Amino acid sequence: MTTALILLPLAGALLVWLAPLPGRAAGSLAFLVALAEVGLWISTLQRFDFGASGLQFEDRTSWFSDLSVSYHVGFYGFSLWLAGLTVVVGAAAIGYGFWSGRERPRAYFGLLLFLIAAIVGVFTAQDLLLFYVFFEAMLIPLYVLIGVWGGPGRTGATVKFVIYTMAGSLLMLASIVVFGLSQGTFDLVDSGTSDSYWVFLGFAVAFAVKAPLFPFHGWLPDAYRESTPEVAAILSGVVSKAAVFGFLRIAITKFPEPAQDFAVPILVLAGIGLVYGSLLAFRAPDFRGVVAYSSMAQMGLITFGLFAFNDLGLDGAVLQAVNHGLVSATLFLIAGMVERRAATGELARLGGMAKGRPLLATMLMTTGIVALAVPGSTTFAGEFLILAGVFDQGWVWAVVGAAAIVLAAMYVLRLISAVLHRERGAAVGDEVLDLRPAELALLVPLVAALLALSVWPASISDRSFPNDEAQRAVTTGLK
Amino acid sequence: MSFVKPHVDWLALAPVLALLAGMALALLASVIGPHGARRGLAAFWCFSGFVAAGILSGFLFDRSADGGPITAESMSRDRLAALAAIIIAGAGAIAVLVSWGERRREHAGEYYALLAAAGAGMVFFVSASNLMTLFLGLEWFSLCLYILCAMDTDREQSLEAGLKYLIVGSFGSAMLLFGSALVYGATGELGFASIADAVSQQGLSDDYLLLAGLAMLIGGLGFKSSAAPFHMWTPDVYQGAPTSVTAFMSAATKVAALVVTMRLLVTAFPEQHDLWTIAIAVIAVASLAIGNLAALVQRDVKRLLAYSSVSHAGFMLIAIAAGNELGGRALLYYLIPYSAMSIGSFAVVAARERELNGPVTLETIGGMGWERPFLGVAMWVFLLGFMGMPLTGGFLGKFYVFAAAYDRGWTWLVIVGVAATAVSLAYYLAVIRALYMRSDTGLRAVPVGGSPPIDVPLQIGVALSLAVTVGSFFFVQPLIDLARHAAASLPF
Repeated sequence: MTTALILLPLAGALLVWLAPLPGRAAGSLAFLVALAEVGLWISTLQRFDFGASGLQFEDRTSWFSDLSVSYHVGFYGFSLWLAGLTVVVGAAAIGYGFWSGRERPRAYFGLLLFLIAAIVGVFTAQDLLLFYVFFEAMLIPLYVLIGVWGGPGRTGATVKFVIYTMAGSLLMLASIVVFGLSQGTFDLVDSGTSDSYWVFLGFAVAFAVKAPLFPFHGWLPDAYRESTPEVAAILSGVVSKAAVFGFLRIAITKFPEPAQDFAVPILVLAGIGLVYGSLLAFRAPDFRGVVAYSSMAQMGLITFGLFAFNDLGLDGAVLQAVNHGLVSATLFLIAGMVERRAATGELARLGGMAKGRPLLATMLMTTGIVALAVPGSTTFAGEFLILAGVFDQGWVWAVVGAAAIVLAAMYVLRLISAVLHRERGAAVGDEVLDLRPAELALLVPLVAALLALSVWPASISDRSFPNDEAQRAVTTGLK
Repeated sequence: MSFVKPHVDWLALAPVLALLAGMALALLASVIGPHGARRGLAAFWCFSGFVAAGILSGFLFDRSADGGPITAESMSRDRLAALAAIIIAGAGAIAVLVSWGERRREHAGEYYALLAAAGAGMVFFVSASNLMTLFLGLEWFSLCLYILCAMDTDREQSLEAGLKYLIVGSFGSAMLLFGSALVYGATGELGFASIADAVSQQGLSDDYLLLAGLAMLIGGLGFKSSAAPFHMWTPDVYQGAPTSVTAFMSAATKVAALVVTMRLLVTAFPEQHDLWTIAIAVIAVASLAIGNLAALVQRDVKRLLAYSSVSHAGFMLIAIAAGNELGGRALLYYLIPYSAMSIGSFAVVAARERELNGPVTLETIGGMGWERPFLGVAMWVFLLGFMGMPLTGGFLGKFYVFAAAYDRGWTWLVIVGVAATAVSLAYYLAVIRALYMRSDTGLRAVPVGGSPPIDVPLQIGVALSLAVTVGSFFFVQPLIDLARHAAASLPF
């Protein structure tokens, strides 16, 4: 089952690459594969037993035995949700790419499917080396997707992105070698915990770059601005969650002691990222800049939840990871739609788009309101859990987090008014159309998922860790 | 005085003999074959020689479970030599496929004969177990390579490469010979195992003659594996030599030199283990630093790959520096994908060179990824392999090397390797960027008469290299088993 979820998009990618299909057919084939992947995930979800602890849908084959490395994949509750986020956002992204039409479609859609396979692999890997393989395999398509199909500043963006992330992940490789050989196995389920500070730091830096946490965010604005909207949606919505999974599955649960000892510095960095990212989002001159920096802020908040080391914090972090993934993917897609119409994302030249464009206005308003965490929304539930959890570590963190929520309201409202309200901007002509049915068909499921979660956030927060598994995970490791 | 003729193990010699036969037949065919078919026949016999040598080595591998020195301790018949011979033979066979499209009117017979002879020399060299055969093997394949480098007599660069390689290479050989003389002087023995025995029996482990000899041997072999600071010839020779020769040299010479370095150090100098592991580690670090930093500023793709080969010598020397069984396994595993990546990437460069009829630089390779999709993707995979990215054997090679260094207790060496990998990304990615992300202003003129037709043998060669590069990632276990058996031939 788990392997099928990885192999399906991979097979789809190979098919799209190798079959001599015309452009439209390649795009629609890729979209169909992505939808089938969503279907496969839903059937996995139905069969998943949320009450049972431990790994489910486990697949295991020895890869090379002398260092005991194996292909070992499976789902925990929280990783099932992250994988679900991946397939849903991935399908929307491929759909949007298909609808807007990209040059060299076979290469493009094949790479997107490959990327989805790699991300699902990250969320299911239970062997450190395999985790690294998927973690790096995400980078290969991303490099090309940004570098070839990106905007004018794409070269600089890709170089920065790759140098930052690879520097982080190579440190992680050193840590993996040390951890695996000292444990005698690279398997995450079989291996015990470690108390080495250096090894922990190797992992932590890699995930901090991927998230990104302050001060490892140098790659973020360029990468999010220069890539196509659907790639930005995947990058901020899903790829950053690889860091959440990494912290949760490796940095915290394999290094309980070092994680506790480094909690304060990491919380400080996360707090700085949270406040600083929110302020940058408030000052950003363009649509994507706002979403990009808000992403950084939200990752800081999720890190708060992870390093709360308790049930509430972890549940909230998983819920918020899914929330933020859906919100930022939706916002990036809307940004793409706006840019397509106005030929710019600069807020100074936008404005007044609500008048005569009710569908666009409704979508952006709804997503925005969920993003700013009004009470009753799923993000409110996530943030509340995180703040309640991190209160354990000290009231000051909860205060920082609460302040950041106020900042979130500021930047989201600024974004909404700059795009939809005010005077009509210079770039918004009469001919600018409302959302087309196809665009709506891509956005509605994402927004509907957000609203459904708002009605019942416990569907995720109560189903990420069975019983007291979260509490055990942070003290004695996850089996 | 009576002379006892030593027993000759013909099976152990069979791969060498097959290649020598290939050489002789290639030469003969180019003289007495029908006029139109001379080039084809020469290539065919050379190719058959490599394939036969590969098959015979496989047979030898199977039959040499507990190997040892043969023929009066002049050669060893063991799995280490057999595995290295298989890799060399594979590299040679692919090199023939790559060479086929070379528009060379003259000297085709000599070219293929020398290629087979160089292969024979290397196969002999990796089985050397005595300082005399070591030197003989080294000179044997080096002489062939000197001529091969200078083969394109109409290109000044090629002549320059041949001369440079000859002079620097001879210096290296002289160093090796002097080192051998000193070791012989100190111990009175030539055989590797006998040297180790003599050292332990006579208590020579701190003898200055012996240590000076050891240092010179390491240096002499360092020239051949193009490890810094013995790498000065590498960029010029790799750039100037015909690209198919570069492809062969970069893969096969490295295999031969590194395997022999490991065999010599482990077998003959176990008492100086602590000393030579540090020396090799220092050379490895120097190679990583110099190779990676110099590659950053290269514009010519062949020079860039040459410096990358210096840095890879560094990575593989880490495995030798580890000085343990895991290190042996790491080296022998790493050599398999490395040879494929190296020969494959030079083959792609050769294809581009023939298309352009000029040097391949980061500018002139621009857009190749879209024009030649298969070669573009292949080059991409080879470069990812050099970077040590997953889905290629290069990743697991690096992983094993780091594991071996950690096993030795040298975490600092792991950190150095990781830092070197990070630096190397910059220039490998520059090539990928050039392949796929050319700006529209960089359009180049189409060669007169349009692009040449697709070179099928070269494409087959690239496809084989690609299969090995990617296959060695997915099918690790069988390859690691081979490497483990081969490493077991050495007294770690």
